[in-house]
Amino acid sequence: MSDVPISHILFVSTALFFIGMYGLFTRRNMITMLMAIELILNSVNINFVVFNKYLYPENLDGIFFTIFIITIAAAEAAVAIAIIINLYRSHRSIDVENAGEMKW
Amino acid sequence: MNYSSYIALIPLLPLASFAVLGLFGKKYFKNLSGIIGCLVLLTSTLLSLYAAYHYFFVDGKINGSYQTLIPLKYTWLSFSDSLSIDMGIILDPISVMMLVVVTFVSLMVHIFSLGYMKGEERFGTYYSFLSLFTFSMLGLVVASNIFQIYIFWELVGVSSYLLIGFYYDRPSAVAASKKAFIVTRFADLGFLVGILILGFQSETLDFNTLIQRLTDIHSPQLLAIASTSFLGISLLTWALTLVFIGGAGKSAMFPLHIWLPDAMEGPTPVSALIHAATMVVAGVYLVARLFPVFHINEASLHVVTWVGAVSAFLAAVIACTQTDIKRVLAYSTMSQIGYMMFALGVSGYGGENARLTDAVGQGLGYTASMFHLFTHAFFKSLLFLCAGAVIHIVHSNDMKDMGGLRKLMPITSIAFLIACLAIAGIPPFAGFFSKEEILMAAWQNHPAIYYIGLITSGITAFYMFRLYFSIFWNRTPDSQLTTPLAADRVPPSALAVGQGLPKAQHHSEGTLSMKLPLVILAIGTLLVGFIPFSKFISPDGKPFVSEMHLTFSIVPVAIATIGIFIAYRLYFRRSDRPEKLAAALGGLYNAAYRKFYIDEIYLFITKKIIFNLVGKPAAWIDRNIVDGTMNGIAWTTGRISVLIKGVQSGRVQSYALYFFGGIVVLIIVFLYLWK
Amino acid sequence: MNLSLLILLPLLTAVAIIPLKGAKPVRVISLISSSLQLLLAFALLYFYWDERSAGNTATMLFESNYAWYASLHINYHVGVDGISIAMILLTSFVVLAGVLVSWNVEKLSKEFFFLLLFLSVGAYGFFISLDLFTLFFFLEVAVIPKFLLIGIWGSGKKEYSAMKLALMLMAGSALVFVGLIGLYLNTNAGNGQHTFDILQIAQMNIPLSAQKFFFPFAFAGFGIFGALFPFHTWVPDGHSSAPTAASMFLAGISMKLGGYGCLRMATFLMPEAAHQYSWIIIVLASIAILYGAFATMMQTDLKYINAYSSVSHCGFVLLGIGMLTKTAITGAVMQMVSHGLMTALFFAGIGMIYDRTHTRQLSQLGGLLKVMPFISTVFVIAGLCSLGLPGFSGFVAEVTVFMGGWSHEGADNFYRIVTIIACASIVVTAVYILRAVGKAIMGPLASNDHSLLTDAKWNERWAAALLIIGIVAIGIAPFWLNDLVTPATETIVNKISAIVK
Repeated sequence: MSDVPISHILFVSTALFFIGMYGLFTRRNMITMLMAIELILNSVNINFVVFNKYLYPENLDGIFFTIFIITIAAAEAAVAIAIIINLYRSHRSIDVENAGEMKW
Repeated sequence: MNYSSYIALIPLLPLASFAVLGLFGKKYFKNLSGIIGCLVLLTSTLLSLYAAYHYFFVDGKINGSYQTLIPLKYTWLSFSDSLSIDMGIILDPISVMMLVVVTFVSLMVHIFSLGYMKGEERFGTYYSFLSLFTFSMLGLVVASNIFQIYIFWELVGVSSYLLIGFYYDRPSAVAASKKAFIVTRFADLGFLVGILILGFQSETLDFNTLIQRLTDIHSPQLLAIASTSFLGISLLTWALTLVFIGGAGKSAMFPLHIWLPDAMEGPTPVSALIHAATMVVAGVYLVARLFPVFHINEASLHVVTWVGAVSAFLAAVIACTQTDIKRVLAYSTMSQIGYMMFALGVSGYGGENARLTDAVGQGLGYTASMFHLFTHAFFKSLLFLCAGAVIHIVHSNDMKDMGGLRKLMPITSIAFLIACLAIAGIPPFAGFFSKEEILMAAWQNHPAIYYIGLITSGITAFYMFRLYFSIFWNRTPDSQLTTPLAADRVPPSALAVGQGLPKAQHHSEGTLSMKLPLVILAIGTLLVGFIPFSKFISPDGKPFVSEMHLTFSIVPVAIATIGIFIAYRLYFRRSDRPEKLAAALGGLYNAAYRKFYIDEIYLFITKKIIFNLVGKPAAWIDRNIVDGTMNGIAWTTGRISVLIKGVQSGRVQSYALYFFGGIVVLIIVFLYLWK
Repeated sequence: MNLSLLILLPLLTAVAIIPLKGAKPVRVISLISSSLQLLLAFALLYFYWDERSAGNTATMLFESNYAWYASLHINYHVGVDGISIAMILLTSFVVLAGVLVSWNVEKLSKEFFFLLLFLSVGAYGFFISLDLFTLFFFLEVAVIPKFLLIGIWGSGKKEYSAMKLALMLMAGSALVFVGLIGLYLNTNAGNGQHTFDILQIAQMNIPLSAQKFFFPFAFAGFGIFGALFPFHTWVPDGHSSAPTAASMFLAGISMKLGGYGCLRMATFLMPEAAHQYSWIIIVLASIAILYGAFATMMQTDLKYINAYSSVSHCGFVLLGIGMLTKTAITGAVMQMVSHGLMTALFFAGIGMIYDRTHTRQLSQLGGLLKVMPFISTVFVIAGLCSLGLPGFSGFVAEVTVFMGGWSHEGADNFYRIVTIIACASIVVTAVYILRAVGKAIMGPLASNDHSLLTDAKWNERWAAALLIIGIVAIGIAPFWLNDLVTPATETIVNKISAIVK
């Protein structure tokens, strides 16, 4: 495990993070935005695990955070789907451009 | 009995009459208002006569001169410890004389109006305005404080405005009243600035103290005011000239005279009272009141003299061509007041050095001016009231509609003749004596003025008798009143306005109330010339002796007689001589008929220059530039708001983007820039 | 004599009319309340005279002081001197006249009277405040009701005018607030504490640099209220679109808030700066006087004529304050009182004409003297007062300002010339007033329908009579107003001359 330099794994998690951001900012389909948010969360998870493993191998703090995040991500996904379903019921579409009522 | 018990009643009784008739006249008194007005005026006149008797004969002279008394004084508005407007009553020879003149003429007019304005719907209002005017004029003549005279000056102006515009549904009357007020207001601006200068420099507003400080050659105030100069002219000259401008406006001196002819739109008794005998002499009275100060300042006296002389001459020339009888009389008033003004201008001022027998050095001009004021009040108001009687019958102001009226109106005709002889300066009528003294004073001091006065008196005789003959002779009595008299080539005068709305139709000379004042004034005109005025009125209070010099009088009387003769030749019988003469004089006649285009010049200045070049730009700037800036600020704010509101796009993703962007900025700031 | 009664009375009345139903009880209660306010004002005058003749020479009388927000040193501190009493009398006259004139307002009459009473709370509170923050508080109370009054009950371009008025006055308040806070932070009431109290600040020496910086804010802010050129443009539109009673209050009292504020806060508390900036104030004021008069000459709408003439007349107030002499400031206060009464009378007359003829354009009016003699006389009296005819209050005030301006020390030609420019306005004023009177009141009737019009009713007659009595009382007997106001102006001027020397 220690043969892989930390920077490689951080590169992967950073890439995942920015892919997730890109997806969040540019996708019109709300489900896809949700998937992008999950990507972001997962990239953060990777960061935690990596730092835990490489910097503080004796402790398990990072792993605890990761478990928390997975749980919360699951709950948040459930809430988000519920919101999307409600939006679909009023707008008949899950295109985020159609939910622009907060415009000036 | 001392003065303070009754002197205040003289102006206050008419004030009470104004209030009562104004508030209740229409509903409760109606025809009674005339009687109330006359009774109040009668009381005031009797009190004034008593005051005159008391002043001149009971109190008499002390140390050889009449004293200036101030029986009443009350601080009205105090500006600082030394400057305040006090309401007071001053009694000196000229104020007592004016009290008598104003109340007497006003009484005559009140009585005349009983018949003239009978049937008028606003009878009560008319009498209340007359009372207001009488109150204001009386207040003016007894004012002891220079601001007090200004206050009553304005009140007289507004009374005149109300009375000229009495027939308010006629646009010409409304325009005339506006013109009178605004021209005199403009003059009052000069008066106000003059008061400010005089009051501040002499550190007092009280007439006596002011005169004393500005005539005593050792006083610091005189030194200060005479040595300060602005634009090369001494402050004293500025002050006096500005004050004179105020007087010139009220007295219809050139070039502020344009309101007087138009003021004839008012009812004729009003013209008799205000625009002949009393209000228009206010300017002369003001100069007389401040005469000691005027006397030490040569420059302002020159202004007074020349303005007076030019006005006298100009008005006489214009009067020769006018066909509206009231306008002829208006110009004649302007001319006579010009005489009074230049008489003051050429006057000496008595003092310790002048010899008692040197009448001119003693102030003959001053006395003559006041004497002429006194006699003029009689014969001019008589002329106007007679004109009123004529207009009442003929229902027209124009000479063309008149002629041969002497059989129809004998009393009026004789009274008019007496007045014309008086104004022409024929002995033994009143005008002769006063004019003599004026011409004498001019001859001694300033011969050029004497010649102007002489020529003018000839012209005066001419146009007055032109008027007399045109009205009362000029055709056989039983012909119709339709054929024209004056030159045909001149277009029908726009000046001839049909006089107002008396409801009663008389075909006789008028009621007793209209005849009585004429008789009384005619008798007065015959008698007042013989009053030895210089025994009572002189600039410094010391009476002097003034004699008649027969050799001197021959020339003016001769010239006047020539004038009468020319008028007789042209107008006694119907002929075409007037037209031929007018044609011969051509352009000069036209110019005089058009009043030398002075009205047109004024209209040009006000409409084209002041309205278009000052008023309109001011309003435009305010609407578009100043207000435009405010609207512009609002518009800019709106535009910025439109630009910025795009941020609130309603798109969640944009918000997320801004959110992350902000975080990035903050991270950079905190990691690298915050020390 | 408890001054807070002046504020409580209208406030309680305003609250009391909220639950009422129907217009009649609302009107009656408002009338009773405003009459009581008038009586209260006279009682105050009487007690004031009593105290003064008993030898009490304190600067302010009937003071009361309660801590309001102690940590910021804001107190509810009230008291009166001669100037305040003159303004309180003016307010009570105009409010009572306004209530009478608005008797026949049908639409939402309860809300109308509520707002009117609320305005008077603001005005009374402003004039009795001796604490800067309290002063500002009452100033703000008086702004929003105007917006609603104009926007709902107005005529013409009412929404635009209401918005413009509200925004410009708010801007003025903002500037005043900056000046106020600046002043506060530079006061030193011992131990580095600050204070908002006017009397205390008057005793202190505010550093000159602070004065020079904050005086323009305070003066410009209050100047916007008082129609200082070039911030006067809210006046024509605001006054013209407002309903009659609101116009009377606006022109009569609101503009005086500005003048009073300039005097009480800006000039009294920052005298060095006032002295240094006085030439700017004088120039702007004289521009307002003459330029305002010329702009009025070209107007064709009666209300615009009166509104622009208010700009011109309020210029006299600022000119008097700018001259910084005792006579000039006394003249400024007199002009505030006189103009308030006169313009309220004028707007009342115009309102009566508009209610009947439904037009304010001069071209459509004429010969009203024939059909409406009382209203026409009211109009003429207001006009004559406006052009400064002796016998009415306008003359007294203007003449005092002229004398004050002429007697400015320094004998500099600048002050003389400015005074002459101000004097010249009497001619222009005569022109536009007589033009309006000649066209609307005199002359032939403009249209045959006008011959059917009715004259003033009882409420209008009483309102006009009340204001005319006030105008004539000052015009014929100015000494009582002069003696009331002069001691107070002496206090202000002594402070200025002490510093200038």
